[in-house]
Amino acid sequence: MSTVSTAVNGKSVEAVQADVDPRTLLVEFIREHLRLTGTHVGCDTAQCGACTVHMNGRAVKSCSMLALQAQGADVTTIEGLAKDGALHPMQAAFHECHGLQCGFCTPGMVMSSVQLLADNPKATEQEIREALEGNLCRCTGYHNIVKAVQQCQAGGVPANA
Amino acid sequence: MYSTNYHRASSLKDAQALFKKAGDGKFVSGGQTLLPTMKQRLAAPSDLIDLRHVKDLKGIKVSGKKVTIGAATTHAEVATNDKIVKVCPAICSLASHIGDPAVRHMGTIGGSIANNDPAADYPAAMMALGATIHTNKRQIAADKFFKGMFETALKDGEIITAVEFSAPKKAAYSKYPNPASRYAMCGVFVADHGKGDVRVAVTGAGNDGVFRHKAMEKALAADWSPEAVASAKVNEGDMLSDIHGNEAYRANLVRVMAKRAVAAAG
Repeated sequence: MSTVSTAVNGKSVEAVQADVDPRTLLVEFIREHLRLTGTHVGCDTAQCGACTVHMNGRAVKSCSMLALQAQGADVTTIEGLAKDGALHPMQAAFHECHGLQCGFCTPGMVMSSVQLLADNPKATEQEIREALEGNLCRCTGYHNIVKAVQQCQAGGVPANA
Repeated sequence: MYSTNYHRASSLKDAQALFKKAGDGKFVSGGQTLLPTMKQRLAAPSDLIDLRHVKDLKGIKVSGKKVTIGAATTHAEVATNDKIVKVCPAICSLASHIGDPAVRHMGTIGGSIANNDPAADYPAAMMALGATIHTNKRQIAADKFFKGMFETALKDGEIITAVEFSAPKKAAYSKYPNPASRYAMCGVFVADHGKGDVRVAVTGAGNDGVFRHKAMEKALAADWSPEAVASAKVNEGDMLSDIHGNEAYRANLVRVMAKRAVAAAG
């Protein structure tokens, strides 16, 4: 057993110490130890992106890394985006544009979208679609997801997580 | 995943010491291949030695035409590096099409070439750029480094520290990605180093991993144009065959990707 200590969702009070088996994946740590179940496990093979979280400000697939690889890092999950009860502008845009149907891919889709606008605030539609290639949605056909990203972009809202 | 132990190396020395102590240790960098492989129980190292935080393995240096990339540099860092893009945009473009954005934030150039997946992108770049692979023990020319599918010249416990190459006059990489995995079904990297030194390296298509296509190199040295490679003979017997494409299909892809790469290099 090893100790994992990370800052999750920016709050020092949530800095977590837990004894985990070294083979524990980051997503298992987030969901099962921290009980933050917004981060989803879809394919479990790094294809679908439902498990996307930010580690030190970079989107990563939490099903394809160990919790111990995140030792000492700042991790942001979907639960960490809303501030003071108000949705993150990207979450609000997904809500307004109905950028989801079943909602399973949405947490990862939002995390990747926040990253994409942080990297490329003026992303074209083509660039948005390319930047979301690591996130699969089986319901929407992606159109409303792209619209949501564009709406967030047009709002000029800061996209930093 | 089978049980394992995790160690974070603080230096190259530390990494070597940890490896020696481990029963069946494996170095991990981004882990974007190793972790999925362990999850499928196709690999079961007793110990993982994480190299991502070793300072000596980080950083990008460009001095004149000489480019040095630390082994623990991520694909995202290569893709967006201002200095490399000025001298060798082809490798930045290649890095920007590996996997997807989240994979590129973790995966590293050292990990990619140490693994030598027959469909990985970087091995083709290393061969075509005539790169030198630096390890903690020696320097190895790319031509001698890649030994076939998932095989390299690395000895047990040897660690890649950096790759170094001289930027070519012009170069480009063109790949046909598998639509699901995004691994290359065929990727061709062409580089013109001047004075008749042309290199063409193919990944994803060969049945023994990355290889140089000498006939195409000769044809391009005489006439740098897409037409020059259009009729090049690609031996179907040397090609991979799987559910995604048979030998003939891949042989044709090699020609098509080579044409596109030459056209893109201009």
